[in-house]
Amino acid sequence: MSRSTAVPADGIPHDAAPHDPARPLSSDGGAPAARDVLTAAEINRALTRIAHEILERNKGARDVVLLGIPTRGVHLAARLADRIREAEPGIDTAALFGQLDITMYRDDLHRGPVRAIGTTQIPAGGIDGKTVVLVDDVLFSGRTVRAALDAIKDLGRPDAVQLAALVDRGHRRLPIRPDFVGKNLPTALDERVTVNLVEVDDVDSVVIDTPARRGRQEVAR
Amino acid sequence: MKHLLSTADLSLDEAVGLLDTAAQMAATQDREIKKLPTLRGRTVVNLFFEDSTRTRISFEAAAKRLSADVINFSAKGSSVSKGESLKDTALTLKAMGADAVVIRHQASGAAYTLANADWLDAPVVNAGDGTHQHPTQALLDAYTLRRHLRSGTPGVADSAGAVGKDLSGVKVAIVGDVLHSRVARANVWLLHTLGAHVTLVAPPTLVPVGVGSWPCDVSFHLDDALRDVQPDAVMMLRVQRERMSSAGGGFFPSPLEYSRLYGLDARRLAMVPDHAIVMHPGPMNRGLEISADAADHPRSVIVEQVANGVAVRMAVLYTLLAGEPAVPATNERS
Repeated sequence: MSRSTAVPADGIPHDAAPHDPARPLSSDGGAPAARDVLTAAEINRALTRIAHEILERNKGARDVVLLGIPTRGVHLAARLADRIREAEPGIDTAALFGQLDITMYRDDLHRGPVRAIGTTQIPAGGIDGKTVVLVDDVLFSGRTVRAALDAIKDLGRPDAVQLAALVDRGHRRLPIRPDFVGKNLPTALDERVTVNLVEVDDVDSVVIDTPARRGRQEVAR
Repeated sequence: MKHLLSTADLSLDEAVGLLDTAAQMAATQDREIKKLPTLRGRTVVNLFFEDSTRTRISFEAAAKRLSADVINFSAKGSSVSKGESLKDTALTLKAMGADAVVIRHQASGAAYTLANADWLDAPVVNAGDGTHQHPTQALLDAYTLRRHLRSGTPGVADSAGAVGKDLSGVKVAIVGDVLHSRVARANVWLLHTLGAHVTLVAPPTLVPVGVGSWPCDVSFHLDDALRDVQPDAVMMLRVQRERMSSAGGGFFPSPLEYSRLYGLDARRLAMVPDHAIVMHPGPMNRGLEISADAADHPRSVIVEQVANGVAVRMAVLYTLLAGEPAVPATNERS
């Protein structure tokens, strides 16, 4: 069976395979069930770049508040906050970073089972008059961001809201665009993009899963 | 979880989950804008056959903070006073499209009947039925206990620090009119599920028959119980004189004697550990089961219980209403 090679997370740390991480887009032969599209080093570089882009766009970080969307967006926002602190010493670190749970603002709550509500934590200074940078792992339909915008509206009146995503996979359903992107990733609608982060998944990687349906057909053939 | 009828039905995971959700709801209530859009377009009917101030207002506030529409129904001035049955009332509510029904009724089991008689599809929340159960009161009591006693820092109340925790190791004394108290029954089962140790303290006349099968200890002497158990919380129950046939005469000799033997005052408060909190579900009979000293003591959390009630009821409505409506094909009745 050809499915064993690229299976993620199980056991083999992705860092142990440092061979040419850039282009594993092997469309040759039987499509693999899952493929890595970003390695730990690439995620690192993308976040460093985004941190500097945020600083450049906003002329420093004085009025910037990074709000991560749980779960992985929070960790990404924390990493961005670390990098901004490194680049701009003397920044008020407590006011820089928070997290925004959007569960109660979702438009699909009535589908599927009840969702657990996450924590919202806004820096003590609030978000009034600040530039809020929303941070999420994958930008897809844009519905999460719409919900986040609604949630922000109830928390205060920021001067501006910007959007940072580690991966933009396209297929937007709403007129929403990101300001800072780690990687643009053209995908098929039925593919699944998974962001793994050390803080929750023990490994840093971005993986595309082709749907199980196709995988099963491969096996059947 | 389709309905919330009794705390005896709740598993440990469900109970802790509800308390955790309540903690998140409470966090939103510190904001300038307290309203959340979560239950927009849903209709919650408050069906109150029995007088209530705080429970009804609390449920109404909880539903409105989640943007649900609220219809209040009280038996006084309704067709019930013309003799309409619970069934016909339920069918009317169904026809009007109620998405959830909160019921308070003087008959034990009314909520169960409403939920299980196929009159309604909507989730039913028991807001007190006779002398049977009052699950949201027990949940808000558990939430208050957890916030004060399991916050991770002794003596500091912290909802966030208590998230995910149960009440194991916590000792609670529930004192007073256990016989007529649905609050006591609801608390005994919920606190037991959460791992707390409950001691009921009451005069023998106010202890129900069959209490031996409940998961708790029973004592007839308040002083002894406070000294021996050293409870982390003392929960006083209201003497329900409206449920006593001859104005209290049938169960204890006189209010003064009851107050001397089973009332919480400054002297008895000095017998319990310094961190212990004083609770009361309200409304209080000041001077009967609780003295003004105890009710207004810095360790009294009675007013906070009311505030926590809104958060807990928001969590209950969210849990029962936010998800997919129960699909008859896949959902076995629970």
